[in-house]
Amino acid sequence: MEPPVVAAPPSGEPGVLRRNAVALGFLLPAAILLTVMVLYPTIYTIIRSFFGKDAHEGFLPSGQFAGIDNYKSLFTTNILVTAIKNSAIWILVAPALVTAIGLVFAVLTERIRWAVAFKAIVFMPMAISLFATGVIWHVMYIKDPSQGAVNAAIGAVKSWVSTPGALSSASPSTPALTGSPQSGYVLQKPVSAGSTTLLGLTAIPPTDVPSGAKQVATLQPKAGAITGVVWRDFKPGGGVIGKPEQGELGLPGVHVKLIDSSGKTVQRATTGDDGSFTFDKVGSGSFKPGIAASTFAAPFGGVSWLGSRLITPAVIIAYIWVWAGFAMVVIGAGLAAISREVLEAARTDGATEWQVFRRVTVPMLAPVLSVVFITMLINVLKVFDIVISIAPGSTQSDAAVIAVQMWRQSFGGVNDFGLGSAIAVFLFLLVIPVLLLNVRRFRREV
Amino acid sequence: MATYEADAGPIVITDPSERTAAKISRAVAKTPLHIFLAFVALLWLMPTLGLFFTSLLSPTDYISNGWWKIFSKPSLATWANYSNVWNTTDIPTSLRITAEIAIGGTLLPIIVAALAGYAFAWVEFPGRDWLFVLVIALLVVPLQMALIPVFHLYNTFHLYDTIFGLILFHTSFGLPFAIFLLRNFFIGIPKDILESARIDGASELRIFVRLILPLGLPAIASLAIFQFLWTWNDLLVALVMARNTTPITVDIFSQLRQFGSNIDIIAPASFLSMIIPLGVFFAFQRYFVQGLLAGSVK
Repeated sequence: MEPPVVAAPPSGEPGVLRRNAVALGFLLPAAILLTVMVLYPTIYTIIRSFFGKDAHEGFLPSGQFAGIDNYKSLFTTNILVTAIKNSAIWILVAPALVTAIGLVFAVLTERIRWAVAFKAIVFMPMAISLFATGVIWHVMYIKDPSQGAVNAAIGAVKSWVSTPGALSSASPSTPALTGSPQSGYVLQKPVSAGSTTLLGLTAIPPTDVPSGAKQVATLQPKAGAITGVVWRDFKPGGGVIGKPEQGELGLPGVHVKLIDSSGKTVQRATTGDDGSFTFDKVGSGSFKPGIAASTFAAPFGGVSWLGSRLITPAVIIAYIWVWAGFAMVVIGAGLAAISREVLEAARTDGATEWQVFRRVTVPMLAPVLSVVFITMLINVLKVFDIVISIAPGSTQSDAAVIAVQMWRQSFGGVNDFGLGSAIAVFLFLLVIPVLLLNVRRFRREV
Repeated sequence: MATYEADAGPIVITDPSERTAAKISRAVAKTPLHIFLAFVALLWLMPTLGLFFTSLLSPTDYISNGWWKIFSKPSLATWANYSNVWNTTDIPTSLRITAEIAIGGTLLPIIVAALAGYAFAWVEFPGRDWLFVLVIALLVVPLQMALIPVFHLYNTFHLYDTIFGLILFHTSFGLPFAIFLLRNFFIGIPKDILESARIDGASELRIFVRLILPLGLPAIASLAIFQFLWTWNDLLVALVMARNTTPITVDIFSQLRQFGSNIDIIAPASFLSMIIPLGVFFAFQRYFVQGLLAGSVK
């Protein structure tokens, strides 16, 4: 027979002990990992930032005490100051843009049927590594418009607005034509109706000769008109300069103009396949024919996105491409939680869509917007992969942000662990306000 | 419009046609919106497609053509770069290493964090709230703070340039978020279920394995996807903690110096590195979004 069972007191001594032991067992692996790999390193790095280049022994910094020297160089070395400035630009621009674009997408997708597909497309870059994103955008940003898609698009829009010149490198073959590529070239000696003019050009590589160019025309004077040719005044094996000959090509598509004695342009024309042009009904007086500057306009050579001036905006654009989807999804979830009745009530009261957005939607979304904004703020401080993979070697220093320089100074050849630690601590100090915010939010919940 | 409806018959407003008319007018009003969003979608799709098409061009075709030439001349596309990368470079090896790091770096933190999350949620012990506050504080510590000391530690304990070392690093820095996410999910499990299991005499470990893990599966799934993508896509940690045992990101990174001439390796290799994360993403998008919403503070 067993003795009568007495129920153990629910919070007796042995119970508490056992529970503590259980808790310890469950927490131990996490505690060990966090202590060794996160807590100890954090403290180590703080101390290390006051020591010299390779002041390490055992598990602690030692020797080479450097005071605040590392912090001094952080704020005085040129490339590091550039990095801090770049980080400041990132902080000011990226989180706000990501949040704003996410908000716009979230609001707009609410009104379409294919929102799921749209969201999947915009959200997809989140799955791709920031490093691969960098490779993707490096390809997009190549300067040559025949290879870089961004510049190809800009070039297409530009040539749609104003066609590039047919002959960007040409120059006159005789001193009879004066001027410059910027102003165009004009025949020095005035002519009158019924005369013919020869406008010879050289320095045109064979590849630049417009397609469809034919043997240069033989000129016939025409009553009341000024006729002429623009031709490539060059023949392999020689030839007479200033004279159209057999075997020399007329230049089609060249813009020619006629200037009167007062300097005003009175007529314009475009040359035909054999290089000929005609100004009809010119009237009396003397005129100077010439070639318009637009003929010599250089073709669009591409914006130098990866150059030192634009590299940071270029990387930020790629970053927005990645994170807009995140903002859109989180804000979209917040939007779905807003009661339809509130929005409908505002609409019934006669508010326009913009007023509803500005006065109802945005204020009600404020908590979500701030979560997205703060998340992006922390994220922006740590941005690394995307910068070093987009920026080519020549502009790495121009593009570098704090996190990039932390790696470069510590492991990228310089190997100054003291300075590297100081940069890491600086980064850590920047996220501390967010850390405090998180802790406060949690303590309010409990 | 109302008069027209009135003419149609004795009933003043016929509901369906009224609705159709309104629908049509609303659809027309929305056309600019559709066009705009379609344009945006195209804009977002373009860069990835661009890399893909670039990876299909032979080096000579790449130099003379933009990748968009493939639209007008599909015959330019070839898988030659892919077979070249697969057969003559180390990319397959580094893909395998990447997979090992990502799988280990996903499983280990989930196990460790689930144990800790359970303790934080359901076992009372002194100082519990303070310890959890500490975990929340660690949530935003930049991993740059650990690179130098852990580099020393790894050299001392021969973990430098090992897959396990990389897994351990990703585990540790994934833990705060993982514990935070799982504890918050576990705490929502109804108390009655746990109490009755305890009264039935089930041990804490048994409760953990039989109740908490199955019930916490949605949160664990979100976490797994996050952690997997994070470790798979890492560059910085591997760049510092490994030299020869490198994942694919580091491998491609070392090719970047010759971007122009190596594009026939860089483009297909980058695309290969994206396939698995993209697959995971599309297969488990729902969990991914849930995870985002649960803890967008990291």
